[in-house]
Amino acid sequence: MTERHWNRRAGTLLFLVLAILVLAGITAAGIFLEEEAAVTDFSRTNLAPGAEFWFGTDWMGRDMFARTIAGLSLSIRIGLLTAAVSAAAALVLGTMAATLGRRADSAISWCIDLVMGIPHILLVMLISIACGRGFAGVVAGVSLSHWPSLARVIRGEVLQLKNAPYILVEEKLGVSKLQVACRHMLPHLFPQFLTGLILLFPHAILHEASVTFLGFGLSSEQPAIGVILSESMQYLTTGRWWLALFPGLSLVLVVVLFALLGERARYLLDPASAHE
Amino acid sequence: MTLEARDVTFYYRGKKKSPVLDHFSLYINSGERVGLKAPSGRGKTTLCRLLAGYERPVKGEILLDGKPLGAYRGACPVQMVWQHPETVVDPLLRLGTTLSEAGDVEERLREALHIEEGWMDRFPSELSGGELQRFCLARALHPGVRFLLCDEISAMLDLVTQAQIWQFLLEETKRRSLGLLVVSHDDSLLDQVCTRIVELPFPSWRIF
Repeated sequence: MTERHWNRRAGTLLFLVLAILVLAGITAAGIFLEEEAAVTDFSRTNLAPGAEFWFGTDWMGRDMFARTIAGLSLSIRIGLLTAAVSAAAALVLGTMAATLGRRADSAISWCIDLVMGIPHILLVMLISIACGRGFAGVVAGVSLSHWPSLARVIRGEVLQLKNAPYILVEEKLGVSKLQVACRHMLPHLFPQFLTGLILLFPHAILHEASVTFLGFGLSSEQPAIGVILSESMQYLTTGRWWLALFPGLSLVLVVVLFALLGERARYLLDPASAHE
Repeated sequence: MTLEARDVTFYYRGKKKSPVLDHFSLYINSGERVGLKAPSGRGKTTLCRLLAGYERPVKGEILLDGKPLGAYRGACPVQMVWQHPETVVDPLLRLGTTLSEAGDVEERLREALHIEEGWMDRFPSELSGGELQRFCLARALHPGVRFLLCDEISAMLDLVTQAQIWQFLLEETKRRSLGLLVVSHDDSLLDQVCTRIVELPFPSWRIF
């Protein structure tokens, strides 16, 4: 009967655990490899991928594998930070819009529309420049531009919950406001929030990499994926394909992993599919 | 005790020109069973929501024993039983949890409504509409309730269950001398159950 216990829920849980382990592993490995990523050795420049250097080496003899992992690690850490900041902003603003009356709602909704109306990459660039580029600039840019979609979801969800018949009935039956909020609203809100939070990572990571690639983000001595990609553009035409391929591919893989993580988390948490 | 709607005017936001209720008055005494009938869309459910305190009238007031309904704290003495029971229970909670939140239901009520012990461990999606409706009735009939507003509570049930539920409600209202407002399209049901029948007036702004 073991096969019957192996349902989609268990499979999804296993996937979640594995994905989190992989991502945590990359993040930790990147922190340790950061020094090695900066080591230059002119006796081993421009080596193609092989047994010793899996991702090859660049024109300064740096190990591309170490650089890639260090870059991914930095990207994931920036992604975590920015996603957490924007999700917190989204939660606060969304709840305020839904609960503080019509005026607050239209003011916040106006801000949401305003930020959503400007293309992300443009906004990230502008904020990043205004904040002096570098780590602080990228974090500010990405977190200040990514909250609106989640804020809108939270606002809608809270509005709907506030007027849901079962919430109204509970209040009529004398259940306290605090208990209604904790017992009846949070369990409905939390899945949406968590899914939105996880799905913010891939966005944040990609925008961090692209704004750095364009030269408005992290400075060039940091081992960021965006830096690696933009530098390798000069060497692509000379036939050193490995400089861009492996870092780019691993960035895409990490992003896909995050996106799948969010989607699977929704399967488990969303009321509509939680009992399947 | 008397539940009274005094000169109530109500319209939904932005629909000032077409009020659902226009200077409407109604009273229900304890022990009375008032039937309410009107075609669809005339405002029967809206009236129930007003009487139970889910909405506030734009003009006029809802009084329970001469005091505004909002003055009563805790569990409201006026409870409404909704037309669609599946919308009034939290889909993520087991029914036992939902029931215990509203204060425990007397054993006598559970037996009379044929609520089985096994239902308490289930989720709302695992019960039928009729089963849920009986559950909602038990919840609404908490010890402090004085008036019960039944908004088409039996329209989706089979005849046997309908008869059971009304039989039970008649006995229960007599025993506790509750006031009852019965909303239904079914004339014969109203004739059978009610002591008095009220019809919602044709709204003056409608020209057809």
